[in-house]
Amino acid sequence: MRIYFDHAATTPVDPQVEASMRPYFAGRFGNASAQYEEGQLAHKAVEEARIKVADLTGARPEEIVFTGSGTESNNMAIKGTAWALRDKGNHIITSSIEHPAVLESCRWLERAGYEVTYLPVDEYGLINPALVEESIRKETILISIMQANNEVGTIEPIAEIAEVARRHQIKLHCDAVQTVGNIAINVVELGVDMLSMSAHKLYGPKGVGALYIKEGTSLASLLHGGHQESGRRAGTENTVGMVGFGKAAELARERLIQGPARLEKMRDTMIDGIMKRIKWVRLNGHPKRRLPGNVNISIEFVEGEGMLMHLDMMGISCSTGSACQAADLKASHVLLAMGLSHEMSHGSLRFSLGHLTTEAEIARVVEVLPGIVEKLRAMSPLTVKERVNA
Amino acid sequence: MLDYSDKVKDHLLNPRNVGEMEHPSGVGKVGNPVCGDIMEMCIKVEDEVIVDAVFRTFGCGAAIAASSMVTELIKGKKIKEALRLSKDEVASALDGLPPIKMHCSVLGVEALQKAIKNYQEQKSSLKN
Ligand SMILES: Cc1ncc(COP(=O)(O)O)c(C=O)c1O
Ligand code: FES
Repeated sequence: MRIYFDHAATTPVDPQVEASMRPYFAGRFGNASAQYEEGQLAHKAVEEARIKVADLTGARPEEIVFTGSGTESNNMAIKGTAWALRDKGNHIITSSIEHPAVLESCRWLERAGYEVTYLPVDEYGLINPALVEESIRKETILISIMQANNEVGTIEPIAEIAEVARRHQIKLHCDAVQTVGNIAINVVELGVDMLSMSAHKLYGPKGVGALYIKEGTSLASLLHGGHQESGRRAGTENTVGMVGFGKAAELARERLIQGPARLEKMRDTMIDGIMKRIKWVRLNGHPKRRLPGNVNISIEFVEGEGMLMHLDMMGISCSTGSACQAADLKASHVLLAMGLSHEMSHGSLRFSLGHLTTEAEIARVVEVLPGIVEKLRAMSPLTVKERVNA
Repeated sequence: MLDYSDKVKDHLLNPRNVGEMEHPSGVGKVGNPVCGDIMEMCIKVEDEVIVDAVFRTFGCGAAIAASSMVTELIKGKKIKEALRLSKDEVASALDGLPPIKMHCSVLGVEALQKAIKNYQEQKSSLKN
């Protein structure tokens, strides 16, 4: 049995979600926009799913637009706002630790003449709401800040940033792909105008996301065509995916009643266990304000990919922010923005826990990791004084 | 995980010739400009033959496997032959490397060449 510690990357589809989707492949295959019975069955299923996603986030169903991914939701919020408000201004504020779906959308807009401020973060990955306020110009049309960072799990002060945005009457978008389903959230209490989510992070299928768009928010569409999604997102509805997302949202809501306390406890057990058994380890991200299932550490003098491969061969999956593991051979932009040295980002490992994670699995990692680290450290030419004395 | 060959995995799990050396004939230390990794190689030379070689690497699986393979390939070789070792030979001895990881085998070869150069410089300064 493999031990899966990469739930921040994606989660397995819940068996109940899978079962909910199955009828819509061949049986109830109708086009949700069609007026006859097959179409109406599909339409009803899509609208029920919309209600469930709305219920999970405190939105109203008509404020939820289904998309093809969290990436698309982010693109739509940013490019759609930029286009809709192009006569008002050309400045966007975001942070330096956003997901590439946000960062690259912003960079694309920069090439089109927009200006973007990428806010720095502190050593814990926190964004300072006061800095957001200082960066506002009269041309500012959008603030886009993630609710929780996917790599280090730091939870940002969105409500405070929303307060700033409201005071200056600037639209606020929030990438909540890592939080929806993992912590209780409410779009009204957060005070955001747009919020991105993705089904595959909450035991739903891949390739379906949603964007909450507060009533009255002007937003241009990215995909033009038919009248689906109230004309906001053209394309025949992905009924199967939407139904799955709806079921996943419903199940997440039930799980959240218990609260994420069990995950938090396991997370802290894992962090403590690793810190106790391995020297020269740093916790990345905020000790308290962090996602319930996120463990991100940097182990000095070793490189992440080597650790990852050793763990993989022992049946354990996790991820690293090391440059060696990146397709572009660049170290994690999140860790660098938090001030980590190149060496420290090299030695980073992220274990992301899920609701099926067991204490035995945590114990297994805590048991095998020290041996792997010791072996790789013996191979490493990096040394510090303490290491010589150890 | 990257599509590594069984040979690469073997050299990562069981690297050959890891460590430091007392009184090496030559030492080469190189940094990887691409991803920032570091590799150190020590050689012992007798009668222009590399009789021993050890390495230490702060780098990815491919870098560790490549340095391990380099030490294997050069032990018992004449300096002249060792200087001809190319990154492609190292990669093919490992049954290939993913294209994005080719630069890691360069590192092993460069560390070796630096170690040899270091040996030759020491030798000529002894003569003078
Ligand atoms: C914070 C964050 N935003 C956006 C995304 C993109 O979502 P998707 O994979 O659905 O495109 C992810 C997941 O990869 C994420 O973690
Ligand atoms: S050493 Fe960094 S990618 Fe190989």
